[in-house]
Amino acid sequence: MQWYLSATEAMRALVAVKRVIDYAIKIRVKPDRTGVIKDNVQHSMNPFDEIALEEAVRLKEKQIIKEVLVVSLGSPKSQETLRTALAKGADKAIHVEVEEAVAEKIEPLFVAKVLKKIAETEKPDLIFLGKQAIDDDYGQTAQLLAGLLNWPQAIEVDGGRELIRIKTPAVISADLRLNEPRYATLPNIMKAKNKPLEKKSLSDYGIEIAEQTQILEVSEPPVRKSGGFVEDVPSLITKLKEAGVL
Amino acid sequence: MLRTQRIESVSIRPWYSPRISKELNWTTRNITGTLNEVTLPLPRYEQVTLRFTGTLVLAEHNGVKLTPITLNAINAASKLGEISVLVAGVDIVKIAEQVAKVDQVKRVFVSDHKKLEHQLPEFVAKAVETLQKQYKFDYVVAGASVFGRDVLPRVAAQFDVSPVTDVIAIHGDDTFTRPTYAGNAICKVRSNSPVKFLTFRGTAFKPAKESGGNAKIEKAPETDFSFDCVEFVSQELLKSERPDLQSAKVIVSGGRGVGSADNFKIIYELADKLKGAVGASRAAVDAGYVSNELQIGQTGKIVAPELYIAIGISGAIQHTAGMKDSKVIVAINKDSDAPIFEIADVGLKADLHKAVPELIKAL
Repeated sequence: MQWYLSATEAMRALVAVKRVIDYAIKIRVKPDRTGVIKDNVQHSMNPFDEIALEEAVRLKEKQIIKEVLVVSLGSPKSQETLRTALAKGADKAIHVEVEEAVAEKIEPLFVAKVLKKIAETEKPDLIFLGKQAIDDDYGQTAQLLAGLLNWPQAIEVDGGRELIRIKTPAVISADLRLNEPRYATLPNIMKAKNKPLEKKSLSDYGIEIAEQTQILEVSEPPVRKSGGFVEDVPSLITKLKEAGVL
Repeated sequence: MLRTQRIESVSIRPWYSPRISKELNWTTRNITGTLNEVTLPLPRYEQVTLRFTGTLVLAEHNGVKLTPITLNAINAASKLGEISVLVAGVDIVKIAEQVAKVDQVKRVFVSDHKKLEHQLPEFVAKAVETLQKQYKFDYVVAGASVFGRDVLPRVAAQFDVSPVTDVIAIHGDDTFTRPTYAGNAICKVRSNSPVKFLTFRGTAFKPAKESGGNAKIEKAPETDFSFDCVEFVSQELLKSERPDLQSAKVIVSGGRGVGSADNFKIIYELADKLKGAVGASRAAVDAGYVSNELQIGQTGKIVAPELYIAIGISGAIQHTAGMKDSKVIVAINKDSDAPIFEIADVGLKADLHKAVPELIKAL
């Protein structure tokens, strides 16, 4: 994404981050099929959110953005994710805390509703989100939020690139190609411990969780079996002809 | 008399969910036996008859022709009721006519406005919202492409609905399956929202036939497009003679093992020989061998062709999430321990720089 920002005064950014199972972990489905095993599994910041945060921090370094506020909605452990975000350059954090069991049931629409409330009080000019969380793979929160706020949304396109001009305030969702996120350095991790982290609850925003999408069953995908090896190119062609795809 | 009418409309809705059909059968049986005592209809059914009902499919197009994923979405939606399609854009009569001929389509709404020219989600969403407010469809659906992903949740927010995205199977009127964790967990969900907003993964549903339909074309209701916070500036399209990645029957895909952008020409050559599309792994995109529009995987395109040939691709979960539903998978890699061989139907352990030219020559 290229930025042609002509802000006369520095803007404020809100970045939403989610704590998810680390992308490198091979997940396992619970035997009772109610979900996936999350206990004692490495968690980290959703990779798309890291990119969203990086973009906001870079704009701050270019002095286009004055302040980066980072928000996470989730269990008490989400605070670790927020500290990481502070170590990467965010200025302050808001943790909307919910119990672990409740966190499991939170749908993008409710995250969008909470972010809308925060946007109304914090008045950011830009809200950055990742294009999707790699756990639920919903890919909705940015669009829902833009819809609720009636703000423009900037999201990637198919079959090429598109340049659009938007007026702030706006919602930006980050694709993997946007940038290469930085690592948090040890001094910055230490410094992040003293940055402000405000704790909030859903009732502070007057929002109650009303489940619309009920998870009935989580199962393993059908397993593909390896068909083994062929010796050379001619036998490869023979095999494909047998399978009827050549 | 009134009752008879109601019973008739029961019989024309065999498409409704198994659960409801069961309830309706039960009701019908009672009616035949003791018509006078029966109190009808069921509350759920009453709700159905009072509404215009059915499913609204959002047509995706590039201003000239319909995008193939729309046909997959129409076919998926045909399991959910009478189909209306919205075509939004500028000078789109031809596209509307094409849609009207698609099998199963009953009504085509045309929203023609200057602001819709570039399909910006802010404006398309407005057109959908206006139509939904007037006709109150039970389902508002689209293909799970970038277009559907951008527009559908934006509209859903106006109706306080949680959308169900990337649906791969329909079990009933409110029960769907969608993949999570990059396809490593399959999740069956029930949506309790009053209107369902869904996107369908194109490769999970066959396309609807492009003929056999005879839909009525009508003008969509007037929409307020005065929103002025976004404007289109320019676009840069990837030009290609090859078939579209998401609808191609054959895909030849290259990874980091290909070695350079220049070496990628053997991938193109093989694809041309097989009349297929070219894909790439994220590693090949990151290394700058090809543009990111070709990326297949969790963060790129999800494909399911008849034949998928993975060349110089190791097969990380990020990549396999995007192609493991292909019918036949071929892997060519010099590392026999590469995870791609665990899912490949046919594996060839070889140097791709020798094997691929040999393959091209032999075809």
